[in-house]
Amino acid sequence: MKPFALDHAASPDAALAALGKGATAIAGGTNLIDLMKLQIATPERLVSIRRTGLDRIAPDGDGLRIGALVTNADCAADPRVRQDWPLLSQAILAGASPQLRNRATTGGNLCQRTRCGYFYDTTQACNKREAGSGCAARDGFNRIHAVLGTSDACIATYPGDMAVALLALDAVVLTQGPYGPRQIPLAMFHREPGDDPTRDNVLQPGELITAVRLPAPTGGRQIYRKVRDRASYAFALVSVAVDLTMEEGRIARCALAFGSLGTVPWRDPAVEEVLIGQEPSPALFARAAEVLLHHARGFGANDFKIPLAARALAATLAQATKV
Amino acid sequence: MSLHFVEFELNGCQIDGMVEARRTLLDFLRCDVGCTGPHAGCEHGVCGACTVLVEGQAVRSCLMLAVQANGKTVETVEGLSGGPKELHPIQQLFREEFALQCGFCTPGFLMTLVALDRSEPRPNAAEMREALSGHLCRCTGYQGVLRVIDRLTEDRK
Repeated sequence: MKPFALDHAASPDAALAALGKGATAIAGGTNLIDLMKLQIATPERLVSIRRTGLDRIAPDGDGLRIGALVTNADCAADPRVRQDWPLLSQAILAGASPQLRNRATTGGNLCQRTRCGYFYDTTQACNKREAGSGCAARDGFNRIHAVLGTSDACIATYPGDMAVALLALDAVVLTQGPYGPRQIPLAMFHREPGDDPTRDNVLQPGELITAVRLPAPTGGRQIYRKVRDRASYAFALVSVAVDLTMEEGRIARCALAFGSLGTVPWRDPAVEEVLIGQEPSPALFARAAEVLLHHARGFGANDFKIPLAARALAATLAQATKV
Repeated sequence: MSLHFVEFELNGCQIDGMVEARRTLLDFLRCDVGCTGPHAGCEHGVCGACTVLVEGQAVRSCLMLAVQANGKTVETVEGLSGGPKELHPIQQLFREEFALQCGFCTPGFLMTLVALDRSEPRPNAAEMREALSGHLCRCTGYQGVLRVIDRLTEDRK
């Protein structure tokens, strides 16, 4: 690791002041410290935000407000989360290992970086790590890469699970920054790469995530299905988050989000429109998959993700609509 | 260079030192304190050999800065038993069930299992197995560890 200066912020305001002077925030550090060891991230100044008091889960109207510093372990184990937003708990527990979840935080998880092997290998071209250097993944080993939302510059996935559940649950990211507070819907938080893959999300310099807000519980059936190379402790090849309500044999309401399929946590309202008001059937699920994957494009080794996503979607919907 | 004073309780003893901000807790324990139970395996948070308990929770000491342990309670494999000739009950089970081969990964396995065994409510066998997914063993000596879990959870079947 390159040497760096470190300060501890005792309040969100102190953290914001440090961020305003160019410091990088560190919370659990489970991703950042690794990136610093590999010199992919080389901040000169860090500000630890663990003691800013943003580590509480509290009711927020009919919803729930999860502080940015709440650990993944605490969030997944919270009785309110398990009762009313089980999708979130399932997704968190499907990710990483218990030892990492004990340190990793809600805000940090949202900001985790891709696991593209070329991003991590500083001898390779990567537009996300070094703008304009090229993309070694397009013609390289791209089995884990995205098939939706890609650009000429980048085909790396957003790798996480938690954000996929939050997207299906219509969560909102609350931030503080130099221009005041912002409420950013999860659907607008992550950025597709376009011609600037270096920025994974819409956070501005000096802006700090303070909390994630969950809206009122839907009471729907919630399932997180993660397909991966081994049964636990692996990143998703494809994941599906569903929150669905049946009424009189038809799908009355449905939210669907997908992980490791796109360059960002993926949600497509057109897929949900296909399903709503219909009686569940394999033909309907196949139609939904067609709409979802209409623009999907593989790069060779990851072509399999397209049929895999269709099957994962059908299996998840079959489970969620079963009487 | 940014030097920081850190102090924390390590296996019941108060320790302190001056560290660079970039010093990981793992390197501080091994190189500065001489506490070599936590092992440096992958050093990227994947293998679990460096697992220690901070405030009773199993964490990766390779992905934590030493300064982040300031004021906390840290436990390593060295603190498990009462003395050099004694074994912690879970270490005893590892011995009886041949739950290790080369032993490199063992301190990590032990720390995660000790934390789980202390937690309330006590986890069942399936939850313990899931937690051990964060520990890799290159000798693939997993079956013995699973027998340890069976014995640890016998009273909860």
